Amino acid sequence: MARNRIKPAGGFELTAWYFMRISGLVLVFLAVGHLFIMHIANNVENINYAFVAGRWADPRTGWIWRLWDLCMIGLAMFHGFNGLRQILDEHVHGAKARVAMHTTIWTVMTALIVLGTYAIWMFQEDRAYVEQWKAMNAKAVALQPPGAIHPSGGSHAAIRGKLPNIAGD
Amino acid sequence: MSDLADPNTGQIRWRDLTLRIKRYDPEKDREPHWQEFKIQAHPMDRVLDVLMKVKWEQDDSIALRKSCAHGICGSDAMRINGQNNLACKLLVQNVKGKTITVEPILGLPVIKDLIVDMKPFFDHYKAVMPFLVNDDPAPTTERLQTPEQRARFDDTTKCILCACCTTACPPFWGNREYVGPAAIVNAHRFIFDSRDQGAGERLDILNDSEGIWRCRTVFNCTSACPRGIQVTQAISEVKRALITGVVDIPEEAEVLS
Repeated sequence: MARNRIKPAGGFELTAWYFMRISGLVLVFLAVGHLFIMHIANNVENINYAFVAGRWADPRTGWIWRLWDLCMIGLAMFHGFNGLRQILDEHVHGAKARVAMHTTIWTVMTALIVLGTYAIWMFQEDRAYVEQWKAMNAKAVALQPPGAIHPSGGSHAAIRGKLPNIAGD
Repeated sequence: MSDLADPNTGQIRWRDLTLRIKRYDPEKDREPHWQEFKIQAHPMDRVLDVLMKVKWEQDDSIALRKSCAHGICGSDAMRINGQNNLACKLLVQNVKGKTITVEPILGLPVIKDLIVDMKPFFDHYKAVMPFLVNDDPAPTTERLQTPEQRARFDDTTKCILCACCTTACPPFWGNREYVGPAAIVNAHRFIFDSRDQGAGERLDILNDSEGIWRCRTVFNCTSACPRGIQVTQAISEVKRALITGVVDIPEEAEVLS
């Protein structure tokens, strides 16, 4: 096959189309990996504030998890809202309505990405809370009669109500 | 064919069919409505034969387009039992059930009964410059190409512009501004022709916001094409040419140069 170069390709629609293919492929691994870690590799009883905070705040591997979550929110938002734009373009035909629709879509998308990025990037672990939780957890395990230990290793019912409910759990 | 024949007489059995047609007369009707006709059809009849028999014998006000009636002119594209096809190419024996439902192709304005306004369709066709573009001085003989170069775009030369593909395309149903599969097929026919020099301009036209990127790879076009053109394949080749900026055409043989 001869390769006749025509011209450098480009344009928004071309880029958007290509982005959808690449981001879709990357998201399959990111999202399925996320689901696997959160729902299969770890018991759902163990997924709480301490778990998420421990991952993000880890001095060695914390950046990996933050990068993972940042990629996921960025790609998912762009991918999802661009898909929504393409679907709505088939139903919204008026010029003014299209401008309003596109403005809304890109504004909401930018806001959600900024919010998510802020939460992931600026996150600081509440160390005192985690320590307190761990102590309560150990105490609850000790208080349980033998054989009644919850599969998570601790009784949430015993802990709940004694700790401020910050996040997770 | 044995299942078509009566086991006792060996004669081909006629089928009792109901023909359901979506009728619309702009001078009388505010909305399209369905009308049913009872008819006996031979298994080897085409759907077009059934339609014409009803028109001749039961209701001569039925409006439809037909010309060659042999699958070449592309006039009698219609939606038959939910699938776009040429009425002159579909045999009664290949229709399942006792009802043949016929309606105009979707996505284009209905003028009357099965006749639609094809102007938006042909406007898109014209937009992609469906003619040879070559500014070189015209040679005294033919513009030669190798069999491999000819084969590169052979599939897309089969198009008869019946609009079966474009009016089977969900993005086109939603947005009539979308250039549509038929126009892309006819652009492909010249983009990948070694004698043509207008590929860059055609690709530019298809790169428009209402261009090729509206395609969602639904494959309806490929299954609708009565000529068996691999429409989605052709669209993907044009997309690849746009993404890479490279048009894959077989090398010119030395004998030609």
